[in-house]
Amino acid sequence: MGNVATMARRELGAYFLSPIAYAVIGIFLFASGLAFGLGTFVPGGEASLRTLFEFWIVLILVFVLPMLTMRLISDELRTGTIETLMTAPISEIQIVLGKFLGAFTFYLILLATLLLYPLLLSFYGPLDGKLLLCNYVGLVLLGALYIATALFFSACTKHQVIAVLMSFALLALMTFASHYLAQEIEGWPRVLLQQMSVRTHFHEFVRGMLDTNHVVFFLTTTAFFLFLTVKRLEMRRW
Amino acid sequence: MIRVTNLSKRYGSLLAVDNISFEIERGGVVGFLGPNGAGKTTTIRILSCYHPATSGTASVAGFDVFRDSMEVRRRVGYLPESTPLYPEMRVREYLQFRGKLHGLSRDERLTAIRRATERCWLGDFIDRPIGQLSKGMKQRVGLADALIHDPEVLILDEPTIGLDPAQIREMRNLIKELGQQHTVLLSSHILPEVEQVCDRTIIIASGKIVASGSPQELRDRFSASRRVVAEMRGPLGEVESGARGLDGVERVEASTSNGWVRLAIDAKGDHDVREDLYRLTTQKGWALRELRREGATLEDFFVQVTAQQQGRKIS
Repeated sequence: MGNVATMARRELGAYFLSPIAYAVIGIFLFASGLAFGLGTFVPGGEASLRTLFEFWIVLILVFVLPMLTMRLISDELRTGTIETLMTAPISEIQIVLGKFLGAFTFYLILLATLLLYPLLLSFYGPLDGKLLLCNYVGLVLLGALYIATALFFSACTKHQVIAVLMSFALLALMTFASHYLAQEIEGWPRVLLQQMSVRTHFHEFVRGMLDTNHVVFFLTTTAFFLFLTVKRLEMRRW
Repeated sequence: MIRVTNLSKRYGSLLAVDNISFEIERGGVVGFLGPNGAGKTTTIRILSCYHPATSGTASVAGFDVFRDSMEVRRRVGYLPESTPLYPEMRVREYLQFRGKLHGLSRDERLTAIRRATERCWLGDFIDRPIGQLSKGMKQRVGLADALIHDPEVLILDEPTIGLDPAQIREMRNLIKELGQQHTVLLSSHILPEVEQVCDRTIIIASGKIVASGSPQELRDRFSASRRVVAEMRGPLGEVESGARGLDGVERVEASTSNGWVRLAIDAKGDHDVREDLYRLTTQKGWALRELRREGATLEDFFVQVTAQQQGRKIS
């Protein structure tokens, strides 16, 4: 446990020492602000964050979280620091969990900045606290899944650009493509695609439903990608 | 301290380490000498628990590198060849991080960092970002990292590569010093470095151990050539035939310059012809101004080993 915290703190510290983190914060604030300003915060508009959270924030996260995660392992592979790391008394599981938690903590800071929008809206209409909480739980789970997925690709290649592109591709597929594809077909493939689609599950949180089924979907998928990342790191040894 | 038994490592079709065995006692500096691509780094990576072996076993301080990997890692300080570091971190932050990974408490880390930075003369640079340091300084940071948990065994892979001559001398002296408290395994492809720093040398080529022993032992062993060189004043033909007539002589080359005859005599086996040759010259009354045995140096042997390995690769 100590090693996980040590690893997480190193990664979190490294974020604030690298320009990437500031670029990511900038892009995130700019894009979410744009979506809020143009889509939600308009005269005569509904005082609701539904479209912002349901679509725009998810779209932004598909791009922002891989950028946040891409260097975590691939940079260690490129510079060779993986060798000093993996010969220190720390296990692959601890390395992966630590790096995941480092990025995840950074993501929570990003999420906190989003609180500005419900605050602004609260001047124009009553704020549904329970709904907001559901939205946030959904976003936290969604982010965990995205970070775990991007972390896996980061462990696959020493080229950050390849890692980030692969993550974009898979996340877009899991989130949007499967969602739209499911509307085009009938029968059991439709159900299967819907069940696999991140958006289907995330939608329930946006609607204000806190259903164990969907929580479990996010947790297991996140765990699955973390497991793959550990296996990928272990394979590096052979 | 380090025991390697029938160790092999295969990467695909390449057999990088081919069934090697050796043992290293506690204390002192042991040189791991071999040309590039001989299998040094592969062996070291197995010992430092980075790669598992394909077959065979290795243990450090009594712990198997595969089964008790964490125990081995706690006892080994490892400096990889390229000295990988995190450029964005400051020296102190980096050593703090590494100390924590080794499970040192806050107080232990404070003393460990002070000790390691003093050892490696890093005092003035401790708050500098690693990315701004010169190659030599980075090498010291890497070494301080390897020393942070006061390991029983230090494994240094080509620690002087890329340093300037003054830094190389510093680093070699430091390694010698470290050999008094730790068991140091120093890998190098530079023979004089190993001869200068190490108490014992293991020579590896093409994934096999070709020789091991103290530099003196190795030098003696590879002075196998029994060529004797002599210079004397006398008639060329008579000198040459006289030398050929000596016991155990295989081949004689003779030449003259300024009235001196220069002889190069190869004897059979380990026969030493110097005494007989001296007796001959005194009998004949030839003035003798040089008489010595030309030993093949360790360097000749090393060059030969290197050439063989390259030959094998090409063929």
